[in-house]
Amino acid sequence: MSLSRRGFLKLSMAMAGVGAATGLAGCQDSNSMADAKRVVVIGGGFGGATAAKYVKLFDPSVDVTMIDGQSSHTTCPFSNLVIGGLKDIDEITHDFSALEKRGINVVKGWVTGIDAEARTVTLKDGSRYEYDRLVVSPGIDFNYDAIEGYSEEVANTKMPHAWQAGEQTLLLRKQLEDMEDGGTFIMAAPPNPFRCPPGPYERAGLIANYFKENKPNSKILILDPKTNFSKEPLFREGWTANYGNMIEWIGGDFGGGVESVDPDTMTVVAGGTEYQGDVINVIPPQKAGWIAHEAGLVDDSGWCPINTGTYESTMHAGVHVVGDACIGSPLPKSGFAANSQAKNCAAAIVAMFHNENPPEPSWVNTCYSLVAPDYGISVAAVYAVEDGKTVSVEGAGGVSPLGGKNAEKEAGYAHDWYASITEDIWGS
Amino acid sequence: MSQNREAAISRRLPIASLAAIGLGLMLTAGTSQAASETEKMELSHAAIIGATCMGCHGFRGMGSGEIPRLAGVAKEVTAGKLLEYKSGALEGTVMNRIAKGYTDDEIQAVAEFFANQ
Ligand SMILES: Cc1cc2nc3c(=O)[nH]c(=O)nc-3n(C[C@H](O)[C@H](O)[C@H](O)COP(=O)(O)OP(=O)(O)OC[C@H]3O[C@@H](n4cnc5c(N)ncnc54)[C@H](O)[C@@H]3O)c2cc1C
Ligand code: HEC
Repeated sequence: MSLSRRGFLKLSMAMAGVGAATGLAGCQDSNSMADAKRVVVIGGGFGGATAAKYVKLFDPSVDVTMIDGQSSHTTCPFSNLVIGGLKDIDEITHDFSALEKRGINVVKGWVTGIDAEARTVTLKDGSRYEYDRLVVSPGIDFNYDAIEGYSEEVANTKMPHAWQAGEQTLLLRKQLEDMEDGGTFIMAAPPNPFRCPPGPYERAGLIANYFKENKPNSKILILDPKTNFSKEPLFREGWTANYGNMIEWIGGDFGGGVESVDPDTMTVVAGGTEYQGDVINVIPPQKAGWIAHEAGLVDDSGWCPINTGTYESTMHAGVHVVGDACIGSPLPKSGFAANSQAKNCAAAIVAMFHNENPPEPSWVNTCYSLVAPDYGISVAAVYAVEDGKTVSVEGAGGVSPLGGKNAEKEAGYAHDWYASITEDIWGS
Repeated sequence: MSQNREAAISRRLPIASLAAIGLGLMLTAGTSQAASETEKMELSHAAIIGATCMGCHGFRGMGSGEIPRLAGVAKEVTAGKLLEYKSGALEGTVMNRIAKGYTDDEIQAVAEFFANQ
């Protein structure tokens, strides 16, 4: 421990009397240290790392432990830039050292069990952590069974989903690099609800950008069970402006939903038609991360029901679920939303520790998408609580204007957003 | 972002919002950069709104690239711009859509929050 830290302890003890006398006593005196409240956070991604940092910020006396199975977090946001060859994976990977500097106890390990009665979590290696309040932000898992012939093994070898960033991202990138000019890239887009509604369509554009520059005779086919998609008019306009007719989209009305895949012949079947691809990206239907199922935090939908504003589970008291895993609607399953949710959740937890009412919640979400490296679009919304429910504030939010007048500026802002939010969360 | 910039921001905090913060931070902030272990943010509706703006404007509103800094900007300036975005008098790429989501009181409160960062 550094000299300055010792200096602080000494000073704060000396000042304790003054604090009491002036009514300014913080939470840092030696008494409250002794029976410090304990918060355990599962997941060091968008929701988890934000919750850990902000609990500590709202009340530095809380003992915060953040557990992740990985020693750093590679973000899905901007992973489409890695797939498109515009960024290196290192540039979207963030370690937890800045959080440790904030006094957060960072543990590497997979959580395999939650005992909501005893208020403990257990890791794969058998170690156990007690908590007063638990935050669960494990992200998503996949319903592999929903598509015949698809499995985790197929995803890891021939047909990546690349919907969790890391090895999967690099696998898809490599397949695109190995593909010959004139090849066909097929994407099987997922049904609602899923992580990052504009994500598949951003990916199509950035792969088109790579093809345009390196393999201009190639084609992109999106097979989609949905009949429309996020920011569709803006994406369509941007695709045409940047890539002519390189991208073809077949929606649910026209048999776009993929029913089965065959990794040996590299084919997929949708609406009774067989399609052959050189690179095939299958993004399966999704559900809350595995641990949420294991811990009984999900309802029949496969996602976690929560109380408005506090994110406390309606299934288990003392357990809060944020991010993609929770039923956070009307907020979308986005990193920005997870960050907003976790801040409200952290404030509620600290207020509860102090037997106070949580501050009135507020959320904002914006999803920037890059249609091309210098062509950005966005969708935004502000949310508030009305009559006990989270609602999108009427008259606010919406999408970028058509016509592309702000597209170049918004491409720049997308990069600035990424720098801001990752700095806000991981300090890097 | 550099540690120094963050330290510089937290060093200014105690003066601006002493009452909300208590003594702990004031003491560490004067002694070292490693102040972050005891760095504190007030618990209020304004702080929640402000914290969610940080997704774009950077931690504590320090700004990022072309997205402007809000930290330490006078309350009148920030509130004035937000009200203009809300009414449409000032045009932006995204702020018009965002500013319409807040009441005038919330705009004043979040402007004050950032003025104190
Ligand atoms: C291609 C793509 C592009 C995207 N682009 C954007 C974008 O531009 N903007 C945006 O806002 N959002 C975007 N998103 C969405 C964003 O990635 C998610 O909404 C966000 O990551 C959700 O945060 P989370 O905390 O719920 O999960 P995650 O960020 O995935 O974090 C979950 C963490 O929990 C850990 N974990 C899981 N289970 C356990 C366990 N049992 N024990 C220990 N650790 C565990 C994991 O290792 C992981 O680090 C994109 C998503 C994709 C796929
Ligand atoms: C999606 C990203 C994003 C979010 C979220 C966001 N801003 Fe902004 N802000 C911007 C951008 C980009 C600009 C530049 C103007 C524009 O293009 O809209 C800006 C400009 C501003 C300005 C004008 C500053 C100046 O010096 O001209 C103020 C004030 C402001 N924002 C306040 C806020 C507040 C308060 C919030 C939260 C309630 C917020 N912003 C949320 C991106 C964002």
